[in-house]
Amino acid sequence: MAINILMPALSPTMEEGNLAKWLVKEGDSVESGDILCEIETDKATMEFEAVDEGVIGKILVAEGTEGVKVNAPIAVLLEDGESADATPVSAKTPTEAEPAAQAPVETGASFTPAPVEQDLPAGTTFKSQTVREAIRDAMSEEMRRSEDVFLMGEEVAQYQGAYKVSQGMLDEFGPKRVIDTPITEHGFTGIAVGAAFAGLNPIVEFMTFNFAMQALDQIVNSAAKTRYMSGGQMTCPIVFRGANGAASRVGAQHSHDYASMYAQIPGLKVVMPYSADDYKGLLKSAIRDPNPVVFLENEILYGQSFDVPEIEDYTVPIGKARIRRAGDDVTIVSFGIGVQYALEAADKLAEEGIAAEVIDLRTLRPMDTETVIKSVMKTNRCVTVEEGFPVVSIGGHISATLMQEAFDYLDAPVINCTGKDVPMPYAANLEKLALVTTDEVIAAVKSVTYR
Amino acid sequence: MAKAKKPNVNAEELLEYYREMLLIRRFEEKAGQLYGMGLIGGFCHLYIGQEAIVVGLEAGAKEGDQRVTSYRDHGHMLACGMDPKGVMAELTGREGGYSRGKGGSMHMFSREKNFYGGHGIVGAQVPIGAGLAFANWYRGNDNVSFAYFGDGAANQGQVYETFNMASLWKLPCIFVIENNKYAMGTSLQRGSSTPELYTRGEAFGIPGEKVDGMDVLAVKAAGEKAIAHCRAGKGPYILEMNTYRYRGHSMSDPAKYRSREEVQKVKEERDPIDHVRELLVGGKHATEADLKAIDKEIKKVVIEAADFASASPEPALSELYTDILAEAN
Repeated sequence: MAINILMPALSPTMEEGNLAKWLVKEGDSVESGDILCEIETDKATMEFEAVDEGVIGKILVAEGTEGVKVNAPIAVLLEDGESADATPVSAKTPTEAEPAAQAPVETGASFTPAPVEQDLPAGTTFKSQTVREAIRDAMSEEMRRSEDVFLMGEEVAQYQGAYKVSQGMLDEFGPKRVIDTPITEHGFTGIAVGAAFAGLNPIVEFMTFNFAMQALDQIVNSAAKTRYMSGGQMTCPIVFRGANGAASRVGAQHSHDYASMYAQIPGLKVVMPYSADDYKGLLKSAIRDPNPVVFLENEILYGQSFDVPEIEDYTVPIGKARIRRAGDDVTIVSFGIGVQYALEAADKLAEEGIAAEVIDLRTLRPMDTETVIKSVMKTNRCVTVEEGFPVVSIGGHISATLMQEAFDYLDAPVINCTGKDVPMPYAANLEKLALVTTDEVIAAVKSVTYR
Repeated sequence: MAKAKKPNVNAEELLEYYREMLLIRRFEEKAGQLYGMGLIGGFCHLYIGQEAIVVGLEAGAKEGDQRVTSYRDHGHMLACGMDPKGVMAELTGREGGYSRGKGGSMHMFSREKNFYGGHGIVGAQVPIGAGLAFANWYRGNDNVSFAYFGDGAANQGQVYETFNMASLWKLPCIFVIENNKYAMGTSLQRGSSTPELYTRGEAFGIPGEKVDGMDVLAVKAAGEKAIAHCRAGKGPYILEMNTYRYRGHSMSDPAKYRSREEVQKVKEERDPIDHVRELLVGGKHATEADLKAIDKEIKKVVIEAADFASASPEPALSELYTDILAEAN
């Protein structure tokens, strides 16, 4: 029976890839384990092996094709004696099941939401860059600017970064400034903190912030508190950066969003950007900052492209929120990948005549609550969106702040859309359920606007 | 155990070590008194009995070398030349203290003297010390860092992570294990599967040596060897200092874990200050009168420190919200 060979997913977050090269041709017999082709992603090139034995019937995707979706058929494998015209059986996986049809939304007066432009010099040009590239450029630019800046972490050098963020940096800066560490987060974080006390500017990459739990003592007890404990004598100019929050199907120990936990600590600055331009500008500011900065990245965003201003030495100040969309009916406050859900919700709400103002906090400590309060004084309603847990969340803090400082302006209770109060499940359907969704944001907005 | 084989010191230096060790002891005794009077609060860990270690090692240090230790830190600060007044005023939580009253006994720092604390989490100062050494390696200078920790900290995981990287990267770091036999109330035998702590670096290729930490000259000799090893770019070195603390772990220590006789025996037979006193007088390098004059001089310094620490005002209430973050340039 003929079967389709499907485009493989080579990492949890891979959605598409390039078919770089076929190593077999139509009519070839293959055995399990034979290399069929080379698949290329933005992270790596990998060889794809045959699982079943048979004869290559048809090659459906020519080599050199870019953007081949995961699970798309790339070739047909025939059993011995089968005709090349045999039709493969359809093998739909459960995850491909069609989503339940959405009930049609009743629309009010629809309008086109107005994105808020960044305050940039006239004539600024942009280039499209992935978040991954923006982070790399920020680090490289700062390392060119100062000899005291160096990068250390697991697989940052020879492997070119577990998520390929530091690709090419070893070649440019050498092994003294791009340093592979053994898998010892507690130890190398402490060493980096000591180096920062001595006046260097380390960038510590955690493969994910889940692993930084091993190093939490050095981040909180040593890096964050020493300035205060020394009466202002000591500084700790260090950046802790890496992937934070859920990727895709990686389970409870690789999916934790630590935003609210770090945001609680005096002596730290905490940054969690959404778009590539902010990643670049804020990371450059973080590296220059004389304080310890926790810089929370998102694995799903690494591969997403955004317009980045082509401005020399582009920096974004830490501690300033960004109004991404103006609106009068409700304020949606978010940060990190949550902004994506907030913006999607704002688009859909616009079709129903609800104008949402979307605020991207960008920095969680110090938090620009002033911008949030000002917006809520105008809209009188607020919904917060984050991927983290609901108990003692960033949204909870914003709710309390609004109650204390804008109580008379609120026409509805603030609703916090968050991840669910459970360790992240592995099963695809449960994981989806555990994460915050655009639909939940829409429902919350409708609730606070009484629609 | 390494003993000083031949005199590695002249009379003048020996007198100086006597003076420095005595300053630490008298300072600590005074701190104990002030604690009893309620002028010092919280935790206060005294260094009495261990004076020879910091004095002996500092004798081999040069300008630019760094040091970092745990919460039993007063002796290290005095030995590297920090002002007794500023240290004592920090103990009393006053404006004139090294951390302007915000750190206390366990948390003091001096950029000027390259003293990097004063850390309250057992073992956390070890990677930090290696980080200071990393900065020396990165900058290509010949400074070394001293990372002091106790026999209790020697069982912490991060210590071994640090040993691995320090050896791998050949960091100029001297790991000084101050083995005073008790991790708070847990004796070495009850807490360590292998009691020979100087061998703990063997798995990482770090040479180690056991030193009589009650003999300032033995400490000095071992320190000089370790320093030379580090300065030559050969990587880290471990010194296990066999020592003893006369007082409790902190001020509130019922001392049920060891006998009065055990403490008394060490005081009588191994006291580091008595030892130097004997060398000075026995070798006719100083008279009893000379030493009395030093005692008097030290007493004065300590009384002045205590007076300063009592008279210095508490920090202004506005200080609560300062020194949390550094201003960006």
